Amino acid sequence: MVVPAFIGVTLLTFSLIHLIPGDPVMLMAGERGIDPQRHARLKAQLGLDQPLTVQYAKYVKGIFHGDLGKSIVTKKPVFAEFMTLFPATVELSLFAMFFAVVLGLPAGVIAGVKRGSVFDHTVMGVSLTGYSMPIFWWGLLLILFFSVNLGWTPVSGRISALYWIDADTGFMLIDALRSDEKGAFISALSHLILPSIVLGTIPLAVIARMTRSSMLEVLQEDYVRTARAKGLAPWRVTLIHALRNALIPVITIIGLQTGVLLAGAILTETIFAWPGVGKWIVESIRRRDYPSVQGGILLIASLIILVNMLVDIMYGIINPRIRHNR
Amino acid sequence: MSATAITDYSTQAAQAPPHPLIEFWQYFNENKGAVVGFYFILFISLVAIFADVIAPHSPFEQYRDAILTPPAWQDGGTWTYPLGTDDVGRDMLSRLIHGARLSLFVGVLVVTLSLAAGILLGITSGYIGGYFETMVMRLMDIMLALPSLLLAMAIVTILGPSLQNAILAIAIVVLPHYVRLTRASALTEKTKDYVTASRVCGAGPFRLMFLVILPNCMAPLIVQATLGFSTAILDAAALGFLGMGAQPPIPEWGAMLANALQFVQRAWWVVTFPGLAILFTVLAFNLAGDGLRDALDPKLKR
Repeated sequence: MVVPAFIGVTLLTFSLIHLIPGDPVMLMAGERGIDPQRHARLKAQLGLDQPLTVQYAKYVKGIFHGDLGKSIVTKKPVFAEFMTLFPATVELSLFAMFFAVVLGLPAGVIAGVKRGSVFDHTVMGVSLTGYSMPIFWWGLLLILFFSVNLGWTPVSGRISALYWIDADTGFMLIDALRSDEKGAFISALSHLILPSIVLGTIPLAVIARMTRSSMLEVLQEDYVRTARAKGLAPWRVTLIHALRNALIPVITIIGLQTGVLLAGAILTETIFAWPGVGKWIVESIRRRDYPSVQGGILLIASLIILVNMLVDIMYGIINPRIRHNR
Repeated sequence: MSATAITDYSTQAAQAPPHPLIEFWQYFNENKGAVVGFYFILFISLVAIFADVIAPHSPFEQYRDAILTPPAWQDGGTWTYPLGTDDVGRDMLSRLIHGARLSLFVGVLVVTLSLAAGILLGITSGYIGGYFETMVMRLMDIMLALPSLLLAMAIVTILGPSLQNAILAIAIVVLPHYVRLTRASALTEKTKDYVTASRVCGAGPFRLMFLVILPNCMAPLIVQATLGFSTAILDAAALGFLGMGAQPPIPEWGAMLANALQFVQRAWWVVTFPGLAILFTVLAFNLAGDGLRDALDPKLKR
């Protein structure tokens, strides 16, 4: 599944530039236009005068050499640009996932154990609302409330403009901690809070719902009744016996949220001016920087395919009952 | 003892089973959230249909002397503009009402397109099988591997930003869900006796696919279509917000929020109301979809 999916993605991103109406060279030249000789030379230089199959083969070969072309706007290699921005997205996604798991798991477990209680109804209601939330609006609301009205958190960016942090690792928290600047770490952390909440909202809703339904299912099983009949403490039956099995589908769901996170990052980063790959792709589309759009979509899609494969493998390891017989 | 049992049985048999629609409504009615969602959908549909009559102003009319007027209940607000005006003096309420029409239009069109194409691809691949099935399903798997918003953005990049292209992009992106659902139901249904019976009676492949098998695959598709409305409205709003969907001055809810960020500090109503409209509408469809699933799923019936 990984190989065909990857081939499909390369075909998609390859055709992206050819499906756009008009000639790529003209698109790159923009509104100034271009004289015919230069047009022909550029076309030959970019290999656009060769048959499509040859172009595609070259494109795939380039991918394996980490060559995704150069940005039309900044003239820098797309891969290098992606890699400098990617840690910001990873940092944000990790915090969002942390927020979602820390709140979603316990909420789901308690809701499942106390089925039909007020708490259960509240969790289900809140999670359905979170699931229906337009997260770009949710971000605006949180900025309106916490940043503008209360002044607790900064509105946008990764760190206060007061600090100049060298990007050693690209992860602002680590870089800020390693620098000698006082207060830089706190500043970086406070910039992370709102974007993480916004990005984590949908995963939080999904995790809470999934944990609840998984707990409900497991709690009905015979072995749980046996454990209860043995006279074990209720918390022990719930947390040690039931939760371990209930977690199996939940872990899969958490893994599958990677795609949701990366798609959500596009919106979240745009609202909070977070310098990650999501905001970069949106800007590249606006600037008609097609090599960057192409490369960005390819890299994000490949990443998701890879993570989904890892989740599949993990699923087999943590759940021996369905281990693939291959 | 046995006599009473027999009479009980006979009275039960004498009662006609309730009409399927009535039975469905009874199950659906048990889920209060679903009923609330259903009535909200009814309400918003009426608002959308009668938008021209209800809206106090034109959604495009710019009242230059009333720029960024706050809602009526706040200081400086007037009942001429009940929910205030935006940065060029357009009435918020009128724009929201016309936005309901657009959002529902997006939902209807996306669901119709993807449902039609999904049923066609799903039932043919389930019925025919072989290479055709493998090809279709692999393609769908690839599409599912990409985040829907990213794929929709890629398609909009190719087609150019507009509401029509956003609708088309979302319809393509959600297609795999319908194809997989239809195929899965078609696969289980096609081996059943009633299908064999009609084949023996001489029914052709088209009759078998669309008149015999399809009606029995509809329950999960109806649920998915209802939930599809919420995805379509949400994604269209997200694309509009990013400037890749409806273009200004179209009163689309997401596009209305696109430049709201600069008004966060001084005009909360410009930021709040379009988002609330999106949230309530999406929530209503999700509630109704959950209720439909419970009512239509025979496994959950008590």
